[in-house]
Amino acid sequence: MDISKEKLEWLYTTMYRIRRFEETMLEQTFKGNAMGVTHPSDGQEAPPTGICAHLTDKDWIGSTHRGHGHCIAKGLETDKMMAEIMGRATGQCGGKGGSMHIADFSKGMLGANAVVGASIPLAVGAALTAKYKGIENESIGVSFFGDGASSQGVLHESMNLASVWKLPVVFACENNGYAEATPAWYAVSTDDIASRAEGYGMPGVVVDGMDVFAVYDAAGEAIARARAGEGPTFLELKTYRFHGHFHADTPLNYRTEEEEEYFRERDPLKSFEKRVTEQKLMTAKKLKGIRDAIEKEMVDAVEFALNSPMPDAEALYSDVYVSYSNPIPGLR
Amino acid sequence: MTIQQAISPLGPGYDGVPGEEKRFRDVFRDTLRAEMQRDPDVFLMGEDISGGFDKDTKEPLDAWGGPFAATKGLVQEFGPERIRDTPISEAGFVGAAIGAALTGLRPVVDLMYFDFVTVAYDQLLSNAAKSRYMFGGQTRVPLTLFARSGAGTGHAAQHSESFYSMLAHIPGLKVVVPSDPYSVKGLLAAAIRDDDPVFLVNDKKLINLTGFVPDEDYIIELGKGRYTRRGDDVTLVGMSYTSIACQQAAEILAADGIEAEVIDMMSLSPFDEDILLESVMKTNRVVIVDEDTPRASMASEFAAVIADKAFDYLDAPVKRVTAPHSPVPYNKGLETAFMPQPEDIVGTVRNMLARG
Ligand SMILES: Cc1ncc(C[n+]2csc(CCOP(=O)(O)OP(=O)(O)O)c2C)c(N)n1
Ligand SMILES: [Mg+2]
Repeated sequence: MDISKEKLEWLYTTMYRIRRFEETMLEQTFKGNAMGVTHPSDGQEAPPTGICAHLTDKDWIGSTHRGHGHCIAKGLETDKMMAEIMGRATGQCGGKGGSMHIADFSKGMLGANAVVGASIPLAVGAALTAKYKGIENESIGVSFFGDGASSQGVLHESMNLASVWKLPVVFACENNGYAEATPAWYAVSTDDIASRAEGYGMPGVVVDGMDVFAVYDAAGEAIARARAGEGPTFLELKTYRFHGHFHADTPLNYRTEEEEEYFRERDPLKSFEKRVTEQKLMTAKKLKGIRDAIEKEMVDAVEFALNSPMPDAEALYSDVYVSYSNPIPGLR
Repeated sequence: MTIQQAISPLGPGYDGVPGEEKRFRDVFRDTLRAEMQRDPDVFLMGEDISGGFDKDTKEPLDAWGGPFAATKGLVQEFGPERIRDTPISEAGFVGAAIGAALTGLRPVVDLMYFDFVTVAYDQLLSNAAKSRYMFGGQTRVPLTLFARSGAGTGHAAQHSESFYSMLAHIPGLKVVVPSDPYSVKGLLAAAIRDDDPVFLVNDKKLINLTGFVPDEDYIIELGKGRYTRRGDDVTLVGMSYTSIACQQAAEILAADGIEAEVIDMMSLSPFDEDILLESVMKTNRVVIVDEDTPRASMASEFAAVIADKAFDYLDAPVKRVTAPHSPVPYNKGLETAFMPQPEDIVGTVRNMLARG
């Protein structure tokens, strides 16, 4: 396998961190410690991990309501993410954004976005900046979105723009088969969303989104194309969310047990472990060491968040603008 | 006060009229059902309004039943043609609803959260609202839309807006804001039967409120407000959930011997100027309460009308109690501070009366 030892470790660490972050964050949500709705992404670890493995802090990603995995893969710190979900002043956005709006501009993370499809053109804009500055080779835009978002007009406008301007963009469609309860076979006019890429003059590739190596390889090619100035690529990553749409959802109301079982058998972490140990690329002991470290990280993240202060009352009014001459705090 | 425990204080005072205490959400669904039974041209579109389909039979599962289960059960009765699940394509299906309305149907669209209005705003503004006018009165657009607004549920910046004025600003579009089970029945029925496009904004905080609802078929005339409390000392003007906050403030004030009159506007475009002026001319003081941000808001619009037409009757400046000019924050404490609370209204009234 053409992949360094460090990279392999990073892939596993990142996927396991996402898995445990989602499980831990759900626990905290059910304990009443989150201040709003949360959308877990466990099961979908491979797409953000396999893609972000090729990115640096100078590359930009756009994300969705199901954004924790994208954040983690882009290098955000889990303690600040947990604190954000708990609405704390130490959170990634000072407690003002919440689970659906985690961003870190220092890490090239343009923000999770709660309006389906809304973040797609932001990654196109980041790619425009790169092209404008002549730094495509070191700064590209990756847009993460779901099968549901593929029905939004803004995706189609964004694909066309990226194509006619030959921008360094990767459209990363995480097709987990459902948008809320709506199956993709009902709402999407084609079996392979990637087939639409052709109409926009870019390669469209269907990828096994439960296999981080498949994602890693496909993303490597797409990103190399972008960095070489050859324009956008569309990746459709067929994946599955293990939990419901949001924390309190009951997915068996619209998915079958057989289907869930089918994908659980394709658990991206399990297949990773099997493959690297069988091929003697990593030892079981090494894998366990990584898991243990993450377990501790999660305990620390929760503790950090729970012990963090709430934002000051003044935070309600701050950062609406950079400057504004006659602000209106609530009229009271 | 938690949302579940709140009991809508707004009753019409129907002594002896047959009816029952019902939840807002149930009344909403029952009214949709009744309108669909009444008129076969009425049908509903939106995301997951039934939700989920069996892979083999292609039959709807009704697994979601609409946002907040608002439409649960309707697909069994009316089928997937009339309870039509859409892809996530707000501009597309709102536009298609307008096209269907222009050609003889009476569509109802569930836009889920108010914040998604903007995805479909071009269709609303340029097509729904203007077709009749710019085509010289040849056509009508009997379209109803609804969406859930309001802070208070931890949905954060992109799922919590109450930008009423963004809708009321559009000539050609009507806007209604029910505040209890009684008003949602009358306003939703009126909206669906109306031949113009009507947007019903439904504050999330109202969904589980209960209140008295007459059994009889009735509509509430679009453009009419109502008194939900009579008093001589000050007028409190509410809309949607702030009508409840006004009612609660009035009760706190009453304990101090201050008798507030409360107006629930119910319609924002057209709106009831007469009731505003009548009350202000009697109480000579007015506080307008709006969860929308204050710039170019309904609160500002009502204040302007009062200043224009009842200036000589005012004993104090018109006061507005509104959200700050900011997006909705996630943190619970900040979010609570964002929303006008009964105590904020009480404080404003006390200051106003202290002025003399
Ligand atoms: C414009 C808009 N419409 C509707 C919604 C409500 N909504 C939130 S997530 C979602 C489903 C999204 O499905 P998909 O894009 O497949 O992402 P997934 O949830 O599967 O990750 C919907 C309909 C929204 N947030 N924004
Ligand atoms: Mg999906």
